[in-house]
Amino acid sequence: MPIPVEVMLKKKERFERDPDTIPADFHDELFRLEAEGELIVQRIPDGQPVVEVPTKYGRPKRVPKGHLWHHKSCGQCGHIPGYSTSIFWVMRKLGYDYEDPRDQTSCTAWNYYASATSNEAAQAAVALRNFATAYESGYFPLIHCGTSYGHYKEVRSELLRHPELRAQVRRVMDKLGKPMVLPEEIVHYSEWFYALRHEIAARQVRDFSGIAVTVHPACHYYKLVEGDAIYDPDVYGGQRTAVVTALAEALGAEVRTYSTWFDCCGFGFRHILVQRDFTRSFATIRKIEVMKEEADPDVVLTHDTGCVTTLDKSQFAAQAHGRNVGVAVMSEAQFAALAMGAHPYKVCQLHWHSADYRPLLEKMGIDWEKAWVEFETDVAKLERGEKEFLSWEDVDG
Amino acid sequence: MRSSPSEPAGAAVAERPRARGAAVKSEAVAGFDDVTYEEKRKLFEEVRSDLRFPDYLYGCYECGICVAVCPSARFYDFSPRRIAQAAARQDVELIYQQMQEDIWECSQCFSCLRCPRGNNPGGIVTIMREVAVNHGLASAKEALEGYSRIIYKIMSTGTQVSPDMLQPDAFPDWGPEVADVSNQLALWRRALPPETLHTTSTGWDVSDRTLIELYLIWLETGALDMIRDVDEGLHMILEEVMEERLEEEGIER
Ligand code: SF4
Ligand code: SF4
Repeated sequence: MPIPVEVMLKKKERFERDPDTIPADFHDELFRLEAEGELIVQRIPDGQPVVEVPTKYGRPKRVPKGHLWHHKSCGQCGHIPGYSTSIFWVMRKLGYDYEDPRDQTSCTAWNYYASATSNEAAQAAVALRNFATAYESGYFPLIHCGTSYGHYKEVRSELLRHPELRAQVRRVMDKLGKPMVLPEEIVHYSEWFYALRHEIAARQVRDFSGIAVTVHPACHYYKLVEGDAIYDPDVYGGQRTAVVTALAEALGAEVRTYSTWFDCCGFGFRHILVQRDFTRSFATIRKIEVMKEEADPDVVLTHDTGCVTTLDKSQFAAQAHGRNVGVAVMSEAQFAALAMGAHPYKVCQLHWHSADYRPLLEKMGIDWEKAWVEFETDVAKLERGEKEFLSWEDVDG
Repeated sequence: MRSSPSEPAGAAVAERPRARGAAVKSEAVAGFDDVTYEEKRKLFEEVRSDLRFPDYLYGCYECGICVAVCPSARFYDFSPRRIAQAAARQDVELIYQQMQEDIWECSQCFSCLRCPRGNNPGGIVTIMREVAVNHGLASAKEALEGYSRIIYKIMSTGTQVSPDMLQPDAFPDWGPEVADVSNQLALWRRALPPETLHTTSTGWDVSDRTLIELYLIWLETGALDMIRDVDEGLHMILEEVMEERLEEEGIER
């Protein structure tokens, strides 16, 4: 009997979530605790333009366009700096102001999920110290890392649920002389890119219609405290998170699906550092090879530090074993920046990536050899001492 | 709304080892006879008394959905279902075995949150790992071998991943680009337009005041003390770094 594809598709159109599985809206408890004076809720500053985006259970989430406090990611800044640079660059190009703070620490959750050498009070205090610092600056936090975003939502759930944890963290915050603050929404940068995708597309200068894309949705973005991740009925019928995919589509790229989309990338937190045989095998066999076989993409787009690192770096050794790998990997922030005309090296910093991105650049109409000479010319100026650093003006020159 | 735990967190733990069934990883819960049942029970009690535990376990259907989505189950003899079941059955012996043999295989991806019962096997693993570290279990020592420099980095600098970690001998499997980055590191960092990213030994430039605040957090919450039993040397070094810095600032604890 043939598979009744039509029937299945119809069912998908009618897809609705089981009301029994809908979690309570955390805002109720958040605002109740605020009313009782237990904590401060940082609101999106008055007068800032806001985009309302749809989340998994249909609740709208408010994403501010500007005046953002960039909670950076240590893995992005340290090993794939074109990721962070592209986020800043796109925001500057669209004319939104931001703060790139020095009084920010990492969320420390990579280490926590890798080694468990911390505890929930310490993790919550690290989160609240960062949130309090953002609050004091007047800027609204925007979280670059998927793990920071997921972990901070976990921390928020635990704080809202457990008065004893709040008391413990309050003692620490008192010592630091900082208030207990949670923002009204915890916003991931990929949500900002989703919210601003039409503004980004309006500034597009490179044609992406010939570019085939596969998307790896990041586990810690949509699996951990799933309720406030973005789901859009117009993207995958609302059954998968819409971030990354909606942006790639807005830029005219062709998004192709593959069967193991729900699988994680194989990062493993500790595995990527001290047990990479697992990471490499998983990333190759369950992700890259499946994408290549089923979708043959020009580029894999994802929206988290660990996923870009894993999917990009795991291909080199697999190639030596003759596996079916060899596809560019980057964040959708870098992809969007390229669409808007960013320099592949001075802004997107693709020379920090391992998998070969050059065929992709050629398909995008970018002369990467010329671009590399331009980057090296600028670097030579630094080497000769003519300049100490490259500035934002330099990279757009 | 999800139903409440089928076995409330306050239920008494069996005083004696219970018969073990299909959830056992290997026939014999081997190799841990030298550890008393009392000791194993104490560790389980610590896992169970964690604030998060009742939110992470609501009984188990044994449906195996968590196993189907688990990356670690694909490449290791590891199963989130066994983790959830051992915890639900309060199988003290099996939980001890898992703390010694299984928990470090988990990828902490939280795909298993797809559990129809609302369980969080990955979260139970997080708690079990914390207890294993706190008590300096052999599995924790082994898992953290070769990992100390990373703990040192995150606890002392506030960023875990730094550009200077990209050394070809540390990441030979990441391709020749690692050597390029490493050779050009200081120069390529200076070529980054965001002013906070010119650093090489930290992900970004973290202010002094912020570091002091972070040290206070590690010290006040007992997070630093957690590593005393797994890595005494590292604990000593970090304690010295932090206390010295706080003293310089005239901060008393
Ligand atoms: S969190 Fe651990 S147990 Fe759960 S799916 Fe991921 S690897 Fe498996
Ligand atoms: S998915 Fe949940 S109910 Fe099913 S076996 Fe795993 S823990 Fe048990």
